Amino acid sequence: MSIEAPGPPRPLAAPSEPELETLVFDETLSTYLRQTLQKIRGGQTGVLPLLVGLGIVVIVFQLKASLFLSNQNLANLLTQASFIIVLGFAEVWVLLLGEIDLSVGYNAGIAGALMALMSSAPYNLPWFVAILIGLAASAIIGMLIGAFVILLRLPSFIVSLAFYLALYGVLLKIVALDNYNGSITLSSSKLIGLVQANLPTTAGLIVVIAAVVGASILTVLRDRRRRASGSEVVPFAITAAKVLGLAAAGALLLFVCNANRGVFGIVEGITYAVPIFMGILVLWSFLLARTRFGRNIYAIGGNAEAARRAGVSLGWNRLWAFTLAGLTAGAGGVLYTSANGGATGNIDTNLVLYAVASAVIGGVSLFGGRGKMFHALLGGLFIATIYNGILLIGYDAAVQSIVIGVVLLAGVSVEALSRRRQARS
Amino acid sequence: MLLSLRGVSKSFGAVHALQDVDLDVLAGKVTALVGDNGAGKSTLVKTVAGTWQPTSGEIFWKDQRTSIRTPRDADALGIATVYQDLALCDNLDIVQNMFLGHERLRFRLLDENAMERAARGTLAELSVTTVRSVRQLVASLSGGQRQSVAVARAVMRDAQLVIMDEPTAALGVSQTAQVLALIRTLADRGIGVLLISHNLNDVFSVADRIAVLYLGRLVHSGDVAGYTPQRVVEIITTGTLATAAT
Ligand SMILES: Nc1ncnc2c1ncn2[C@@H]1O[C@H](COP(=O)(O)OP(=O)(O)OP(=O)(O)O)[C@@H](O)[C@H]1O
Ligand SMILES: [Mg+2]
Repeated sequence: MSIEAPGPPRPLAAPSEPELETLVFDETLSTYLRQTLQKIRGGQTGVLPLLVGLGIVVIVFQLKASLFLSNQNLANLLTQASFIIVLGFAEVWVLLLGEIDLSVGYNAGIAGALMALMSSAPYNLPWFVAILIGLAASAIIGMLIGAFVILLRLPSFIVSLAFYLALYGVLLKIVALDNYNGSITLSSSKLIGLVQANLPTTAGLIVVIAAVVGASILTVLRDRRRRASGSEVVPFAITAAKVLGLAAAGALLLFVCNANRGVFGIVEGITYAVPIFMGILVLWSFLLARTRFGRNIYAIGGNAEAARRAGVSLGWNRLWAFTLAGLTAGAGGVLYTSANGGATGNIDTNLVLYAVASAVIGGVSLFGGRGKMFHALLGGLFIATIYNGILLIGYDAAVQSIVIGVVLLAGVSVEALSRRRQARS
Repeated sequence: MLLSLRGVSKSFGAVHALQDVDLDVLAGKVTALVGDNGAGKSTLVKTVAGTWQPTSGEIFWKDQRTSIRTPRDADALGIATVYQDLALCDNLDIVQNMFLGHERLRFRLLDENAMERAARGTLAELSVTTVRSVRQLVASLSGGQRQSVAVARAVMRDAQLVIMDEPTAALGVSQTAQVLALIRTLADRGIGVLLISHNLNDVFSVADRIAVLYLGRLVHSGDVAGYTPQRVVEIITTGTLATAAT
């Protein structure tokens, strides 16, 4: 201890030392949970209402129709969900920009019809070439829609409505070519098998385990890197819970799909549609979350003028997003056509609009900038569940349509209310 | 001369927001631009920042004639701007906003850890200690915190000219002092600063030069030593000096 020598008085208002510590996120689990609870009370409910809704719907359907939770029906539901989900993914690209694309359903139809056409006589192209042609056509259509919206500054609602109508006509023309009489049956077993065939059970087991383990390792490694670098992280318990949730989903998938669900013969395994849409989910989520392009899409959807002033090219980024929406719609069309064993002009008109509905019900904001691909997965599963369950109970398409309409309205209402609550708090 | 405007005009239809403006901004100096509401200050800022093009006139960067067509052009020259409306994306978090358009990449992917560290460092320099988390959405920040983020965003770039359109309007006492000190530091490092402010105390405490806009015309400019707050107020409100300086 030494007595300080008298000196000139210290300046009173010296700029304070940078206080780094005060910025570091408090990462204890209880704080995290408390904050999450606060967020939920404040209106940032996330996917919670959706999960609750899904739970209720599943219980109701199971009580009304005991077959609902049978392996056979669940596998069937997954197939139906696959193209709704993929169309939802397509919609997310444009919704994030604050735009909308009503035409993804018929754009999907075009991809499917072209694929069917190209794989049949007289073209007889290999199955993957046929797929690529379909996807390319859909991507170009998406790009065209984007070009009209961007270059002519037209509302995407109107442009895509015009494409909705026109593409339907084009679809009818394609399936009437060469005297197909309104439908082109798939002849390639590969193309039919995309959705209708299943992974061998051991292969399915390996794929699911590899995916779950791989994703878990990546998640934990990322978490550790963030900790090491001093970045804000969620509590480890939350990371662990996510990993467990993923493992549970994988186990459920295997439990449902790898059991024999055949009535007359053995039918088992996961439909190829599942790895396809999961692959798209991973790829698109990666683009959105990890690349500059993805960041730009969110920025444009949040505040286009701010993004522009930050040097973000509005035109190119939006054009790419519209193109990717088209491409993704095409992938949905490939699955839909495969599931039906061929292409026809009479796609369920409701199905065409489920794309928008699934993304929005899943929690993607209609006003742009908020939402993830994952939300379309949940929304698509939800819609497919209703779609499937209502028919199973014995109601008809009319009831189905009414219920999904009501659910959509409820979904956007919840979003609107939570926005108001957020604005107030 | 870092930046010079010569005869710059900007019209919005019949509104002449800027008329024949000549202005010099020097490296290593703080140039304050003052004027009444609607005098054209923000219009001038946006003209230099590339948000829009002047209707006529010339812009010189380091004595070379240049044209700043887009925000990217301004950025490439080394101009960073704090806009009066802040230009933040509510749906992005603090780090994401601070690096928007300038994301750090690692193997062509976003390097979130590096960005978060740098953002935290800059905020600490500015003594922004009231934000709970740098990963919270900008939507959830107070007006002053948002302004701090916008300022941090601009000073984080290695800019040669930093333009700030009322950077302290929403800030508390200590944050204002911090930003003013930072402006001084920037200038002492040889960076040119163009500061727009309605607070003449701030202007006189930090600026080296002063320029006054009146109804879109640049009516006075010179060393701050040649002015008193009273004279500046008179020029701001009347556009001229009626009384001779004594
Ligand atoms: N985008 C625009 N379109 C039409 N007129 C505009 C536009 N921006 C500015 N103006 C007009 O230009 C003039 C100058 O506006 P400016 O925003 O530059 O003023 P300012 O000096 O920044 O004022 P303040 O101190 O209130 O921020 C005003 O008359 C305003 O109405
Ligand atoms: Mg202004």
